[in-house]
Amino acid sequence: MDFKSCVNIRQEWDIVGARQLGREKAKELGFGTVDQARIATAISELARNIYLYAGTGKVRFEIVDQLDKKGLKIIAIDEGPGIRDVSQVMQDGYSTSGGLGAGLPGVKRLMDFFEIRTEWGEGTEIETIKWVR
Amino acid sequence: MRIPILKLQNYLLISIQIDLDDQSAIQFQEDLLNKIHKSGATGVVIDLTSVDIIDSFIAKVLGDVVTMSDLMGARVVLTGIQPAVAMTLIELGIHMQDVQTALDLEQGLIKLRQELEG
Ligand SMILES: Nc1ncnc2c1ncn2[C@@H]1O[C@H](COP(=O)(O)OP(=O)(O)OP(=O)(O)O)[C@@H](O)[C@H]1O
Ligand SMILES: [Mg+2]
Repeated sequence: MDFKSCVNIRQEWDIVGARQLGREKAKELGFGTVDQARIATAISELARNIYLYAGTGKVRFEIVDQLDKKGLKIIAIDEGPGIRDVSQVMQDGYSTSGGLGAGLPGVKRLMDFFEIRTEWGEGTEIETIKWVR
Repeated sequence: MRIPILKLQNYLLISIQIDLDDQSAIQFQEDLLNKIHKSGATGVVIDLTSVDIIDSFIAKVLGDVVTMSDLMGARVVLTGIQPAVAMTLIELGIHMQDVQTALDLEQGLIKLRQELEG
């Protein structure tokens, strides 16, 4: 199985669209309800961050099919301001928008793989994977 | 989308049946506070049985609704939180410690009665 799909984040409603599509993909892949909720929540956090801090961007879904395991990869990409200090934004409670600051550290806990690639002034790309158990 | 708020004696009952986008969540917060003010309700049950995702934003709005309602003199109970949602919230690092909860709408009403009517 090989598929790619992508949701553009341009308006607030796209956050809901992205997490709904992600949940559908997760269900198709055979994730249980708890993992579906984890995946949908992670997508919601990443998509909202794009909307809030970069304005626009996209969330891409890919199925990772390896010999011994299968998973859903989610990549959130924007060309916004970038993140100056990654270790700072990964702290629970750190927020520049009066939020709970739970988003990024939360996504890391909800998913199995988490990586931020960002350059100040260039944009941000966050890649995360959940493996089917 | 507007979330309907029902009045039953001194209580307000809300069952959230939609996938909450940010705007609807904020609208709901405002509608509920206005309704508490107008009706003089002393208790509120928000049923989340149909909600299959609560992310950090929605959690913040719900937490704020509870605090604000409390300030206005109305006690809020959240009911019907799905197991998957509860687990996800804890992993996100959101504990909602000051929030009252119950298994379902009926239990929520019983809890409010016990607390408010002794
Ligand atoms: N895509 C992004 N581009 C630029 N900055 C970002 C991006 N995503 C996150 N940030 C920065 O990282 C901080 C932490 O993000 P995080 O999602 O953890 O918390 P939050 O969005 O502030 O609050 P919450 O998600 O709990 O509502 C943000 O306040 C913001 O400054
Ligand atoms: Mg966030």
